[in-house]
Amino acid sequence: MTLIDLANPTRFLALTARLLPWLAAATIILLAIGLYQSASAPDDYQQGATVKIMFIHVPNAWLSMFVWGVMSIASLGTLVWRHPLADVAAKAAAPIGAAFTFLALLTGSLWGRPMWGTYWEWDARLTSVLILFLMYLGLMALWRAVDEPSRAARAAAVLTLVGAINLPIIKFSVDWWNTLHQPASVMRMGGSSLDRSFLIPLLVMAIAFTLLFVTLHLAAMRNEILRRRVRSLQMMQASRVAFSSDVGTGSHEANASKEVGAA
Amino acid sequence: MTALSALIRRDIRIALRVGGGALIGVLFFLTVVVLMPFAVGPDLALLSRLGPAILWLGALLASLLTLDRLFMADHEDGSLDLITMSRTPLELACAAKALAHWLAAGLPLIVATPVLGLLLNLDMVATGAVALTLLAGTPALTFTGMIGAALAVTLHRGGLLMAVLVLPLSIPVLIFGVAASQAVIVGPMTFGAPFSILCALSLISLVVGPFAAAASLKHGLD
Repeated sequence: MTLIDLANPTRFLALTARLLPWLAAATIILLAIGLYQSASAPDDYQQGATVKIMFIHVPNAWLSMFVWGVMSIASLGTLVWRHPLADVAAKAAAPIGAAFTFLALLTGSLWGRPMWGTYWEWDARLTSVLILFLMYLGLMALWRAVDEPSRAARAAAVLTLVGAINLPIIKFSVDWWNTLHQPASVMRMGGSSLDRSFLIPLLVMAIAFTLLFVTLHLAAMRNEILRRRVRSLQMMQASRVAFSSDVGTGSHEANASKEVGAA
Repeated sequence: MTALSALIRRDIRIALRVGGGALIGVLFFLTVVVLMPFAVGPDLALLSRLGPAILWLGALLASLLTLDRLFMADHEDGSLDLITMSRTPLELACAAKALAHWLAAGLPLIVATPVLGLLLNLDMVATGAVALTLLAGTPALTFTGMIGAALAVTLHRGGLLMAVLVLPLSIPVLIFGVAASQAVIVGPMTFGAPFSILCALSLISLVVGPFAAAASLKHGLD
């Protein structure tokens, strides 16, 4: 099964219908394990119990960038390969990514209050993530502003690719600018500086959140495909009704409803 | 090359003549800056501290509002279709249009800055710093804004949607523009570092903007 086989929405729906229960089950199990491990992780000698916010904050922050990456690849699919499901994938990912970004900002500010003494600080990492959040909202506004999906898809794809420039800025902002936000400690040269008792729950949570995104994304894509089908059926029906009232006979209406049923 | 220079000359001429609307941007800039003392109060010390930020914000909004014209008028009278179909690469044509737009709408903003600096109680050095950062930074605003203008023309939606899409992209320019001007006025940072980043942002947008705008026009126009 290659990516092009999935171009048929019906095949995609059938595949995801089989896949989704397993993904959902795996997400729930891993989330349960991750939450248990996070809860039983030792307190930090400096930060106390608040260090446990990390187990929620870091996966959200990581996904806020990962989702934009997924959307960028989907946008390439829209512009370059004209894959029929690419714009569905891009559209479905935007609200989920916005939610992860919002949660990353929220948990970060809750963590910042006891640690930095402030909910919000205009440092480079926070500002660039806030810009990311605004761009998610802008993309969603773009999708909502245009009623024709294919036209909106190409515009959104261009904008997504331009916005992808922000991703490396977010990633490296803590290294380029000397800021309040701590530099990278999990993925860096020379191995992680995090203790194993923190690292393992964090990785489990990261995998669980990624699975959560995949599950939600596939479900949202299914909804979007079905929503588009409903929309085209409604359009067809509306045009049939308009046509039949034009002619003024009832027989067309009967035909129309039969054809809509077949479609 | 002659096609591009002809395009630039045509765009500037249209922008400066009646109905072009390039100079309305300067008027808007003036109005926004005049509004600010009413909002924060006529405290001269406070105004001179906020001055660079006010000037930058005004220039940002003015260049955003004039961007509507960049492709819209050409789309309405059909010349955008001719530009798209011509032998000149669309990316170069977009870059030429943006350059013409900057010359007609962006440069007057910088010329007006010294006058507005007087109103905000800025001294010579501060005004010069703001004008210099605007000179380095406004091309970035025009070239990133061009992406929004191209999207607006393909979607038949302008105004607020375009502002929402373009403004997040212009935040870095604003940050480093104001940082460089403040470095001159109050310190303690050096002027060089933020100013070089500002120039880098302009150069990046010089490359990214035309390609993104051309892609959006190519895929979006029908």
